[in-house]
Amino acid sequence: MKPPAKPKLAVWKFASCDGCQLSLLDCEDELLAIAGAVDIAYFPEATRGVMKGPYDVSLVEGSVTTPHDAERLHAVRRQSRTLITIGACATAGGIQALRNFKDVREFTAIVYARPDYIDTLATSTPISAHVNVDFELRGCPINKHQLLEVLTAYLHRRKPNIPPHSVCMECKQRGTVCVLVRGAASCLGPVTHAGCGALCPAYNRGCYGCFGPKETPNTVSLAHQLRDAGMNEQALQRVFRTFNAGAEAFREEGDRHGT
Amino acid sequence: MARRTISVDVLARVEGEGALRLVIQDGKLRDAELRIFEPPRFFEAFLRGRSCLEVPDITARICGICPVAYQMSSVHAMEDALGIAITPPIRALRRLLYCGEWIESHALHMYMLHAPDFLGYDGAVEMAKDHPDIVRDGLALKKAGNEILHLLGGREIHPINVRVGGFYRVPTRREFGTLRDALERGREASLGTVKLVAGFDFPDLERDYEFVAVGHPDEYPFNEGHVVSNQGLDIPSQQYDAHFEEYHVRHSNALHSRHLGHGAYLTGPLARYSLNSSRLSPLALEAAKQAGLGPTCNNPFRSIVIRAVEMVYAFDEALRIIDAYDEPDRPFVDAPMRAGVGCAATEAPRGMLYHRYRLDPQGSVLEARIVPPTSQNQPSIENDLREFAPRWLDLPDDRLTHLCEQAIRNHDPCISCATHFLKLETVRT
Repeated sequence: MKPPAKPKLAVWKFASCDGCQLSLLDCEDELLAIAGAVDIAYFPEATRGVMKGPYDVSLVEGSVTTPHDAERLHAVRRQSRTLITIGACATAGGIQALRNFKDVREFTAIVYARPDYIDTLATSTPISAHVNVDFELRGCPINKHQLLEVLTAYLHRRKPNIPPHSVCMECKQRGTVCVLVRGAASCLGPVTHAGCGALCPAYNRGCYGCFGPKETPNTVSLAHQLRDAGMNEQALQRVFRTFNAGAEAFREEGDRHGT
Repeated sequence: MARRTISVDVLARVEGEGALRLVIQDGKLRDAELRIFEPPRFFEAFLRGRSCLEVPDITARICGICPVAYQMSSVHAMEDALGIAITPPIRALRRLLYCGEWIESHALHMYMLHAPDFLGYDGAVEMAKDHPDIVRDGLALKKAGNEILHLLGGREIHPINVRVGGFYRVPTRREFGTLRDALERGREASLGTVKLVAGFDFPDLERDYEFVAVGHPDEYPFNEGHVVSNQGLDIPSQQYDAHFEEYHVRHSNALHSRHLGHGAYLTGPLARYSLNSSRLSPLALEAAKQAGLGPTCNNPFRSIVIRAVEMVYAFDEALRIIDAYDEPDRPFVDAPMRAGVGCAATEAPRGMLYHRYRLDPQGSVLEARIVPPTSQNQPSIENDLREFAPRWLDLPDDRLTHLCEQAIRNHDPCISCATHFLKLETVRT
């Protein structure tokens, strides 16, 4: 009797830095076990080999910034039983979503001598703005242990254990003294999705929100506190306009400041 | 007219999205283009108006494979603009962080991306079925580099500990204890890597490149020194713009670059080694000699051997830095804001990375310019193909395609950086 076919895993890239898919290769201790449990059916950064779809799990990195990519994404969705976005670009539009607040023609002219050679959309949008997404894994970059948890969960058809609480909870778990309370740094921890292990405060700096907004974040209250600590309106806008500038809660809070 | 069309939709095992187009007419190669269609992300535009202190965290996001390089070139450029000097222990720790990134990136490229070309596999996972030990060694080496990034940078991808003026937090001597053991094992294993890759079959092909790299009188270059070439160039990075020019070609979303009055040039391991091999550590020099390398190397297919030698060096240098480490009193020097222009060139794993910023009196960015190594190398990569591909035109399509892909992978192009996917298309008429 033939053994049952292994699930097929595909990894897709849109506009991004490649860091989140690298997280899979950064699982140095687990990579060969992963390759034993699934067929790595499409992963151009790692292999020339291509297996035909459909794919059981697709990991999608990057945001949609060109007309061609918007079309390509629909083809990816059609071939994927489960589609999981990995990282801030795929989940919120990434740092390149800063164009959404400006005129992209002006941006093109700043960077390129021949803007007429460049084919780009006016906005950088998350995957969920175009197709149905089964799970969004946050982070800029994602945490590789969370990636393993999500992959394992989907392969076993259970819910991934990815807590939606704030970075503050992780600081408490880690035993880090609050950088806001001791006045050491401005910190987005109270409104930022957990997952990094509260890294920045442990290195004596404030969280800069690279995992994007937590569930039900009170950004208004945090902005008041940061203003009271001396942050001006322009700086307040900039702290919400980084790697998750396109995430709804951060976008709205950023729009409240700046002038 | 005989027309033969070869098309590979996705050139694999490179970082980012690109394509290659060869036009062959009547058995002759007419043109070779490295096409980069990775969508533009406009970093230089949206950096305008950001505080110079925010820039290192933002530029890191240009590349998930070499974020440290983008942090290093930007902090050094900002420090140049602000007129501040970092302390020797901070500079040593920055070299250590760079050692981590070189080890991680070189191990990734040699074992996961490049070795499968020489051993005849589609990728490392396929290679692991027949050569599990090789793949396991590669992953262990990669992990050792990542351990440096983890401790000193906070995490492997987009480290959080680098700031203008130094670091947010510096490690204690004790924290280096377990890392030291991992690095010693890594150094031993890296000598095995040199032996392994030196035994691969290399086409006997050389090119007459102009090599450009950072050069330092006493050190193998990471993040300090002049911009030097094998054709007599020796300038501080502040004069880079007077000697190099970027230009825009239709088939690439990454700007090309040329040395004014000279043309295409090459940066990266071949250039770095050929200009600086005498400054390697004795252990790395001995490994180079054993691998059959002379003081310079013009065969791009041998770049994998140079990466292996550089990995030995990076382990050696990391251990030297850790053993000499004295925890500084303060993790950073203060950075008072002022108007100014600052430049820096540092050595990313793939080659020289140049940044230039103009700041207003509050330290906000007025202008940013970032010239990644792959941008600089595009014309030379195309020239490699123009020179090598005509020798391969009698080969069957799949073999020709594979050799061309390999010629590109020699330079470990990072297309995400340069634009910011590689697709091979050959048109034979």
